[in-house]
Amino acid sequence: MKIELTVNARRRSVEVSPDDYLVDTLKKLGYKSVRRGCDTTSCGVCTVLVDGDPIPSCAFLSVRADQRAVTTVEGIPETASALAEEFGQTGADQCGFCNPGIALTVHAMQEKESDTDDETIRRHLVGHLCRCTGYQSQHEAIKAYLGDEK
Amino acid sequence: MKFKTYRRVESLDEAYQLLQEDRKNMVVAGGGWLKMSSRTLETAIDLSALGLDRIVAGEDTIEIGSMTPLSAIEADSGIAALASGILSQAAGAVMGLSFRNLATVGGSVVGKYGFSDVLTPLLAMGAELDFYGEGRISLEAFLKKKGRTADILKSVIVPRSLGPGYFKKVRKTRLDFAALNLAVVTTQRGYRIAVGSRPSAATLGEEAMEILNSADTIDEATIEKAARAVASLKYGDNPRASKAYREHVAYVYTKRAIEEVRDCED
Repeated sequence: MKIELTVNARRRSVEVSPDDYLVDTLKKLGYKSVRRGCDTTSCGVCTVLVDGDPIPSCAFLSVRADQRAVTTVEGIPETASALAEEFGQTGADQCGFCNPGIALTVHAMQEKESDTDDETIRRHLVGHLCRCTGYQSQHEAIKAYLGDEK
Repeated sequence: MKFKTYRRVESLDEAYQLLQEDRKNMVVAGGGWLKMSSRTLETAIDLSALGLDRIVAGEDTIEIGSMTPLSAIEADSGIAALASGILSQAAGAVMGLSFRNLATVGGSVVGKYGFSDVLTPLLAMGAELDFYGEGRISLEAFLKKKGRTADILKSVIVPRSLGPGYFKKVRKTRLDFAALNLAVVTTQRGYRIAVGSRPSAATLGEEAMEILNSADTIDEATIEKAARAVASLKYGDNPRASKAYREHVAYVYTKRAIEEVRDCED
């Protein structure tokens, strides 16, 4: 079946099977930042935004993306590069596999939350596993990024 | 889980007919656990075009559409005001935010998952379910029924006339499933206690409720008897916790819960 969706503000049309997941469809369309991790919604590396909300694309059926707006990290270059700068400053960037998902979650948090205090950052980051950094350096980088944005 | 065809239905009747036609047709809610099953379905039925993702606050009840994501329940101020916010707390305790944007209350309820965090407070709150087909039944009665339902869940209805509540999810890490869920609520008819992740699905602590609701005062001896009754419910072992551990934490948290709720009422 054919679906039509908007990916990073670009209209795309793609043939999918009824039980295809969005992570596979996005990869097929060439969005290589979308990673496959646990494949069971637990690790956060496959996170993309659907109509502005973070969702695990490994569990989101592609047919449900029909007529909806999907954002991958390629679609938020300013957030991604500013956050990458802060990740570098705090040593939060090692293998980088989890970075695209975290950047998208931070982007969505900025859009939706009026107060991004420590607890809010922690609440949004639950579900993003990182095996390199121990999370504190990421947290500091995100705080610094949000501080710069303000 | 695999399926051969996918139908985004335009009416509840269309969904109901499809569900009755073939036992291999199934409603797909959020889809968060689809990969956990190796079954092959004929048709996946999608209700997402039916407007069942709304929370409607009435005078006596709050009606939560079956396709409402857990993140919306977590964020709803009306639900947060009920029974000390136990349903909001339970919804917010489910995995990460991105998963909660996907998972729906209907999927949690109809799946009768033992690990479901929201089933426990809903049961304690005396929630009712509104099915297209069967009509309204209590969550308590639904959970006691064997097998899968051939009806379509439209909404979960929660009464507003609730007193203070308590919810505890016992888990090893923030992302883990519960080793035990406990909810205590005071209602117009007295205390209601529900225990989930035993590891089987949530159940009421009926003996404990009887002890509390027949007592003249909720003193320490009464609380002790009620907590012992909750600890004597049926528990089991799974990778999250042993039967003995569950019995122990059920006893400890039931005592704390009743004390906290009693003190809130005073």
